[in-house]
Amino acid sequence: MKPILKTENLTHIYSAGTPFQRSAVEHVDFAVYPGEFVGVIGHTGSGKSTFIQHLNGLLKPTEGRVLFNGQDIWSSARVTHETRFHVGLVFQYPEYQLFEETVYKDIAFGPGNMGLGAEEIDRRVREAAGFVGIGEELLQQSPFELSGGQKRRVAIAGVLAMEPEVLILDEPTAGLDPAGCESILAEIRQYHRAKNNTILLVSHSMEEIARNAQRIVVLDERHIVMDGTPRDIFSRAQELERIGLDVPEVTKIAAALRRRGIPVDASVYTTEALKEQLQSLKGGGAGC
Amino acid sequence: MLKDITLGQYFPGSTLAHRLDPRTKLMMVLIYIVALFCAKSFLSYGILALFLFVSVRISKVGFRALIRGMKPLVVILIFTAVLNMFYTPGHALVSFWIFTLTAEGILAAVFMVLRIALLIMGTFLMTYTTSPIALTDAIENLLGPLKRVRFPVHELAMLMSIALRFIPTLIEETDKIISAQKARGADFETGNLLRRAKALVPILVPLFLSAIRRADELATAMECRCYHGGEGRTKLHVLRYQKRDFLCILLTTLITAAVVIISRLGY
Amino acid sequence: MSMLRTEHLSFAYPAAEGGKIVPVLKEINLEIDRGSIVAILGHNGSGKSTLSKHFNAVYLPSGGKVWVEEFDTADEAALLEIRRRVGMVFQNPDNQIVANVVEEDVAFAPENLGVPTDEIRRRVDASLAAVGMSEFTRHAPHLLSGGQKQRVAIAGVLAMEPECIILDEATAMLDPKGRRDVLETVQRLNREKGMTVIMITHHMDEAELADRVIVMNRGEIYLDGAPREIFQKVDELRRIGLTVPETVKLLDALRQAGWNVPLSAISVEECADAIAAAMQQ
Repeated sequence: MKPILKTENLTHIYSAGTPFQRSAVEHVDFAVYPGEFVGVIGHTGSGKSTFIQHLNGLLKPTEGRVLFNGQDIWSSARVTHETRFHVGLVFQYPEYQLFEETVYKDIAFGPGNMGLGAEEIDRRVREAAGFVGIGEELLQQSPFELSGGQKRRVAIAGVLAMEPEVLILDEPTAGLDPAGCESILAEIRQYHRAKNNTILLVSHSMEEIARNAQRIVVLDERHIVMDGTPRDIFSRAQELERIGLDVPEVTKIAAALRRRGIPVDASVYTTEALKEQLQSLKGGGAGC
Repeated sequence: MLKDITLGQYFPGSTLAHRLDPRTKLMMVLIYIVALFCAKSFLSYGILALFLFVSVRISKVGFRALIRGMKPLVVILIFTAVLNMFYTPGHALVSFWIFTLTAEGILAAVFMVLRIALLIMGTFLMTYTTSPIALTDAIENLLGPLKRVRFPVHELAMLMSIALRFIPTLIEETDKIISAQKARGADFETGNLLRRAKALVPILVPLFLSAIRRADELATAMECRCYHGGEGRTKLHVLRYQKRDFLCILLTTLITAAVVIISRLGY
Repeated sequence: MSMLRTEHLSFAYPAAEGGKIVPVLKEINLEIDRGSIVAILGHNGSGKSTLSKHFNAVYLPSGGKVWVEEFDTADEAALLEIRRRVGMVFQNPDNQIVANVVEEDVAFAPENLGVPTDEIRRRVDASLAAVGMSEFTRHAPHLLSGGQKQRVAIAGVLAMEPECIILDEATAMLDPKGRRDVLETVQRLNREKGMTVIMITHHMDEAELADRVIVMNRGEIYLDGAPREIFQKVDELRRIGLTVPETVKLLDALRQAGWNVPLSAISVEECADAIAAAMQQ
């Protein structure tokens, strides 16, 4: 399969040519394939925000290339502009970008910029609102009268309505309460299943990543330092800790159990899986 | 992008120029400006340029930083120079169409450019060597007597320092909003003036709302830290004049007097 | 004497024209002990933040009373005394830093209180040392990380020499490291200076650090007790949209599969011990 989005030797230097010059990502080679759900982790300052802003052409690489479906996204101004529609980016705290009089108009902003017809825009707005659980009755309300969680959903819908092939979400659950976090993630999972598009989820919560991603990319000090399945990544607990990251709580419990001589899998990362393992171990033990 | 703006930038240091009382620096700049407007000859400009040169050397700020600060004003400088060159009546040197270049004009242009350049560099030298908060303190202190006529000196100073505090935060925020709207395909670069003005709405609305939200939260936070106006407030840094402050003001005053006298005598 | 006390505290925002008054807090009776760490949990809109804003007279009760030590928060003459005793750190670090130099910001409260200059200097240095930010004394706050900004905000509160510090979702916008630093800082203040700490949060792992957990729901106290007791009530917490720590989640799942494990093993090590013990059976 051909990658849908790819970076080659991506390097970005801020304030190049001034005394404040500093690089934020260096020589990053990364490829993501259609339909993948990738978790992106890295502590603040690891370069991950700079990295994701290259994927939809908001930042221009100082060196290297970004390819969407094999085409350099900087090959012409038109291509760069269109890439923003193919690769949707939901920023952190996206509710602070709402500006229209009604929820409907705000969600329609992206599709409108794509130059679509009124009918197609209408279809997309309603579908996107549906995915994030914003009911018809809210569409004509002012977005500023909604609750915090609802505002966030409207903002996410504004990107979904562009129907991007790749959707990047930068900490979509930051600052929400547990119920709010879980419902937004459930909506994203459902959207992924329905559209089978590519999703990149940036998060500080290892639990969130563990429960959703099929593949994890770890950034540290301007480089991608790990790239693999959750099992691969979370079995490297010590390395993760060394770069200021963590493993899911369940993986920690598994490690503590192994220290007590209980042979559970060290890289288990969900409650259900650990429970299953303990069940079969106990069942097996009882059988002997 | 926006992050590169260096508004009222301050270069920390510990030279004499940095350690002078901010009130002294403010007064020196005011006196220096008076002198600039009195100067009418190469000799008097020379004295003031020398004064600035020595001050800059003492401050260790470096001329490059000062000249970089001048960059945005180059257009204005050239414009005034050209205007002066051609519209000063006097002995005509060259003449074409409606323009007449006069010797007096060239002289006036040189003086005008010198005056503006020296004025800006002098002011920049002050902001480069004085933290915004010290400058605010100085203004509050110098305007102190106005409190008696119920002029809200403390409020004004508080307003200035909060504005200074939030400039970088709001610049960062603007950057973020622009990126977020660009990610939704917003286009700020093409189209006619009306289109471009309209394109600003998705930036300005969130920015205003955010500023209002911040102001509201900041007000609560200030109240929680026992803010109740200027009455009974004390200060972490109390301004105290030193001997060097008197000497510097005296020096500036003498130089200004010299410039005035020289100009009067016609040298 | 307790640090804070509420008596039949009720609160409602004034109704918009024609609208009906929606009560935010209903009949809250609460006493918070000096020197304790209390976590107040609840989903968004449960009233937890509104409650905390009553503890230093940002809000005044619509009904009932709130006492800070011997001061009634409705007593306007005592306002500064109350606010000096109960300091507050808010969610957004950028919106509570007043000055553009760290030390000037920390000095803000004592300046407002009319503390003499020498004493302000001492307090600023001591407060910044207490939060581990001494090396940033002359820095510009906007260049600090989120966690560092929050520690500066805590120092700004400490400079009032308060008895109690309230973190109103002060870790919500921080990354894991920033959160850890802030939590370690307040735990140390509690341990070393006997500071009363109230944390408004929806992070369960923060509540684990507390001596006492109060769960709010619809303006009422829903649960109140030690973390160990509260987290055993898995179903009650789920019902109001809250979660339990992963350890309890696993133990609960095992119990439902017929295992004999206690739900009170909150920490990873306790949890592993409990499972190991059950395996032996």
